[in-house]
Amino acid sequence: MIPSAFDYARATSVEDAVAKLAEAGGAAKLLAGGHSLVPMMKLRLNEPSTLIDIARIPGLSGIRADGDAIEVGAATVHHEVATSDLLAEQCPALAETAAAIGDPQVRNRGTLGGSLAHADPAADYPAVLLALDASVQLQGANGTRSVNASNFFQGLFTVDLGADEIITGIRFAPAKVAAYAKLYQRASRFAIVGVAAALEVTDGKISSARLGLTGASTHATRMSASEAALVGTDATAEATAEALGDPGAGIEDVNDDLHASEGYRRAMVSVFTRRAVAAALARA
Amino acid sequence: MAKVTITVNGKTRAAEVEPRMLLVHFLREQLNLTGTHVGCDTSQCGACTVLIDGRSAKSCTVFAVQADGSEVTTIEGLAVADELHPLQNGFWEEHGLQCGYCTPGMIMSAANLLQDNPSPSEEEIRHGLDGNLCRCTGYQHIVNAVQHAAGTKE
Repeated sequence: MIPSAFDYARATSVEDAVAKLAEAGGAAKLLAGGHSLVPMMKLRLNEPSTLIDIARIPGLSGIRADGDAIEVGAATVHHEVATSDLLAEQCPALAETAAAIGDPQVRNRGTLGGSLAHADPAADYPAVLLALDASVQLQGANGTRSVNASNFFQGLFTVDLGADEIITGIRFAPAKVAAYAKLYQRASRFAIVGVAAALEVTDGKISSARLGLTGASTHATRMSASEAALVGTDATAEATAEALGDPGAGIEDVNDDLHASEGYRRAMVSVFTRRAVAAALARA
Repeated sequence: MAKVTITVNGKTRAAEVEPRMLLVHFLREQLNLTGTHVGCDTSQCGACTVLIDGRSAKSCTVFAVQADGSEVTTIEGLAVADELHPLQNGFWEEHGLQCGYCTPGMIMSAANLLQDNPSPSEEEIRHGLDGNLCRCTGYQHIVNAVQHAAGTKE
């Protein structure tokens, strides 16, 4: 399968990439790892006139502590996130999410920014970004802006990203009591259902809870009803399971496809929400 | 057309390619290195796996222009002189193949795995070969072959 012909340019800086995007007037695509884009181009579902390669822009990849926050560059490959010592200590949930993506070859090439921009409804990162209350950093012709994850994911393959903008990275506060639990689609390794939980525990009770859900609907969302149900609960797997009840029953617009019926997905949302919360509490 | 310079199995290769040329086609059709196979062509089966700058990648999902300036290792680059690479020897000794179509990709993925983890458990081997499919005969002999190469075969 051969993609349509295109022009290729390698960007030397974020500013250069933004300028090249503007020049192409909406007909260009950014290429980093290419592990969402290239398969679509081979199927000719996407036929950009120009590809702007951003994989080697200095400073666009890497994981660093910046004051009280952690920043991950957009061009950081999943393997680097999965094996980061900083994340293992400060935010193991993000590392385990990256380790759950695809297979080793995909993790060696696929990037954080590419996954976020593509926003597959069954992608893993969106759930954990929601739970971490992360912000997505963008740069365009009019400067930089920061969008909270809960506003970034807007619909099916739809995010708050302008045609002339580039994702430069994400930023979030360290979260040790957090975890990601996923039901794999066996062939593709995408999430049939994936739930990320980030909790705060004070005096043996949950004082704050954020839950992100992917795979269940058109795009990843926070599970606000379940978050409210958890606050004030004893920080044990048993008490949280009871407080959560059957969260899958309350989700709107649940997907129904050949991999999982709507009813099965709802049941699995409940199971994997309990598991994510229990796994997070095990890190408390 | 775009100019690329890629070091393949230690040899520097300069060529003019269409930007849309996939790395696997560059290897097979321009360099005649046909050990790297095209299986599914949809980024799933791993038959096209090579190492790019030391990391395993599906060469059907990478444009040759993306590998400009990189070092690529294919199955043809593993053996040193007449001596098989330990993984090639492991697949030979443990009969880790039936038709052999998936074998080059399996070996390149296993090379990536053993580089990260020289003594993997059986589970780690299976996990490390997640991105490679065998349609002949199941995976047990392939796992045995990797254990043979790692020196962990009981």
